[in-house]
Amino acid sequence: MGFLRRTRKAVPAPAPVPAPAPDPEWPPAYLVLDALGRKCPIPIIMVAERIREVPVGEVIAVKADDVAARTDIPAWCRMKSQDFVREEPLLHGWAFHIRRNY
Amino acid sequence: MARFDTPDGYFDAASSEPPHPAGRTALLDALETGWADPARLYGAARTARLTLDGARAQVAEVLGVRPDEVSFTGSGTQAVHLAVLGGLRARWRTGRHLVVSAVEHSSVLHAAELHELDGGTVTTVGVDRAGRVDPAEFAAALRPDTALACLQSANHEVGTVQPVEEVAAHCRATGVPLFVDAAQSAGRADLPGGWSLLAASAHKWGGPPGVGTLVIRKNTRWRSPLPADEREGRRVPGFENVPGAVGAAAALAAFRAEMAEEGPRLAALVEEIRARLPHLVPDVQVVGDPVRRLPHLVTFSCLYVAGEALLTELDRLGFAVSSGSSCTADTLRPSHVLEAMGVITHGNVRVSLPRGAKSTDVQRFLAVLPEAVARLRRSAGINA
Repeated sequence: MGFLRRTRKAVPAPAPVPAPAPDPEWPPAYLVLDALGRKCPIPIIMVAERIREVPVGEVIAVKADDVAARTDIPAWCRMKSQDFVREEPLLHGWAFHIRRNY
Repeated sequence: MARFDTPDGYFDAASSEPPHPAGRTALLDALETGWADPARLYGAARTARLTLDGARAQVAEVLGVRPDEVSFTGSGTQAVHLAVLGGLRARWRTGRHLVVSAVEHSSVLHAAELHELDGGTVTTVGVDRAGRVDPAEFAAALRPDTALACLQSANHEVGTVQPVEEVAAHCRATGVPLFVDAAQSAGRADLPGGWSLLAASAHKWGGPPGVGTLVIRKNTRWRSPLPADEREGRRVPGFENVPGAVGAAAALAAFRAEMAEEGPRLAALVEEIRARLPHLVPDVQVVGDPVRRLPHLVTFSCLYVAGEALLTELDRLGFAVSSGSSCTADTLRPSHVLEAMGVITHGNVRVSLPRGAKSTDVQRFLAVLPEAVARLRRSAGINA
């Protein structure tokens, strides 16, 4: 169930194999933020601070490896009426893609 | 002797209710009269036995069950473990499949994990954004080889009340016993009907620590998962904590009686917090079901704030509250409840009002919270 796997050590990202190639179906992000190694809520704070640098309709991506981000970033998008586009698995962590709606 | 009063600013009843004076008095009396071995055949032992059975009858009456269905355990967690593992063990011929909701207390989920390690299978039923199980979805998880199903009466982190009676009806139709973890609602509200096994914890209703209640309804199959022992009708091993049981029973009876008036008063205070919070703090989300919820509890999440920092700040300001945010627990994972609901997991605060919580304390909480959140946001570089 994975519930037992709670540990004081940093939770390693589930190893996504093989290394994901850039997906041609998805347009590249206009701006990519690096929050790897940062705990929530830092990744969300970074997105909130910098989403205005992206034109409306464009995508901002944030890389993070705190598992809480997998819940928090989509939840933040719902609260703020931004579009959560996708969660892209990285070798370590994920890149969360968000489309600026307004 | 100083009478124990709820400390000002103590808003963490869901973790532990301050001791009820009635329970405290009964506990102290029973320490003097109920120390002997209730299994023996002399005067002091008979007194202990009568005292223990009196406590059992009192708990049974408040919970609306038969006295011989009630056992005292060493904690709520032990009651949960015995209910889940004993319920599974009794039906191993039927199958080894267990159904739990995704937002059960960790004691239920850890018991489920043990069952899985032991070769059993577990189906976890998800919840909606409000933390509530869909009865139809729960029913769909029941299989011919399902030995037991588990659903809490109300969620410990967000207060959402679960559709226990609807789920119980589905379980009954398929012949699956339902275990209800009633730790958060026993003593505060009447129990739902239709279940087969139930667990509760005395310190959540102002009883002493180290006392839990396991209820096994008549005609429910149950087999102890532990080595054989004669105590507590062969259900709970170990020498009975007679004074603890007496204190728990007296506290439960007094607490439940007071809740007739106190419950609505606490509910009105929580209602006020729920109504004013979104206007006082920007970027705050009140989580849990807005209607079908525990009346004394409210949980909210403040964007851009670490839960631990907010708890420390509120403690400094004189408020004891709890949080499901990751950094506050001894783990780096976010709360499995908030995760299952798909809501913000950081900046989380749970306010749960104990009996006697003062309106002036709630007003002061609402007065200092906005600045506390704003201060933490400023220090994180957010100008909200």
